[in-house]
Amino acid sequence: MAGTAVRGRLTWTLGTVVELADQTERVRSILLEVPGWPGHRPGQHVDVRLTAEDGYQAQRSYSIASAPGERLLELAVELLPDGEVSPYLTRELRVADRLELRGPVGGWFVWEPALGGPLLLVGGGSGIVPLVAIARHRAAVAGDAEVPARLLYSARTRADVLFAGDLERLAGSPGGLEVVGTLTRERPPGWPGRTGRVDAGLLAEVAWPAARRPLAFVCGPTGFVELVAGALAGLGLEPGRIRTERFGPTGT
Amino acid sequence: MDERELLLDGNAAAGLLGEVFTVEMTLARTTCGGCGAVRALGALDAYMHAPGVVLRCPGCQQVLVRAARAGDRLLLDLQGVRVLGIDLPG
Repeated sequence: MAGTAVRGRLTWTLGTVVELADQTERVRSILLEVPGWPGHRPGQHVDVRLTAEDGYQAQRSYSIASAPGERLLELAVELLPDGEVSPYLTRELRVADRLELRGPVGGWFVWEPALGGPLLLVGGGSGIVPLVAIARHRAAVAGDAEVPARLLYSARTRADVLFAGDLERLAGSPGGLEVVGTLTRERPPGWPGRTGRVDAGLLAEVAWPAARRPLAFVCGPTGFVELVAGALAGLGLEPGRIRTERFGPTGT
Repeated sequence: MDERELLLDGNAAAGLLGEVFTVEMTLARTTCGGCGAVRALGALDAYMHAPGVVLRCPGCQQVLVRAARAGDRLLLDLQGVRVLGIDLPG
């Protein structure tokens, strides 16, 4: 399998910031040019390391939002109020700055066309980032009819929805991504999606029937991931076909 | 902050282990030394806020892996893993 292909040991490398784009008030996309980037598989992440003038280092993992084959590597970073790394990445970083990276890493939370579908992507908050990479890759390489895909995401408010334009585009083609969004903290007039938290009832509506052997990717904060994975197992999805990735505020 | 909020999964250790191993260690199958459950390393619970990485069994909470960087050495304690199954490349 591809995940076991021989590769070199991972080392730190430098990327150059080519573009910065605010997704929301708290989340910024960072587009990087990384010379010698070995390529990645959708769902993987990179570690980013910052070094202070006194030598103190802090590192965090960030999911890759870009699909394999895109020229620039895109990360989406959420500002955490007391964070050590995210305030710099979302507020201080400028175009042409260089950033120390290690990756791509991870082999478990990865989708490849050979894995097939139907795909069920479930993301909470910035947990949608690796799912965007998967959805972009599917649109780029897989026949839509071959791998039907649904994305269920939750965001606090409409203004917090990440990659809104991309999702619209991905949903726009016939047989494209089916997108269901739910807002947990407001019910804005004209909002076409759902409101309230993702729960077993909503998952029962949105998930593909277990008989179709869906492949689920679930990413978000720990509580979200545990609730969703438990509910999907309760709907009869095979445990081995529910892949999860939790994100949190800390790194090594 | 709630302890549970700090919980990640073994994927978060992929970068550190990737500095040493040339196969993707998050796909390695671990047999828990406590309860015998078999899981991909990437699916273990990970605590990253200690001075190092601690991977525990989501079922019985046994510590399977402790990894820490000490200067330019990696210290790796696999005492809690009964068997580590690694798919060989190619």
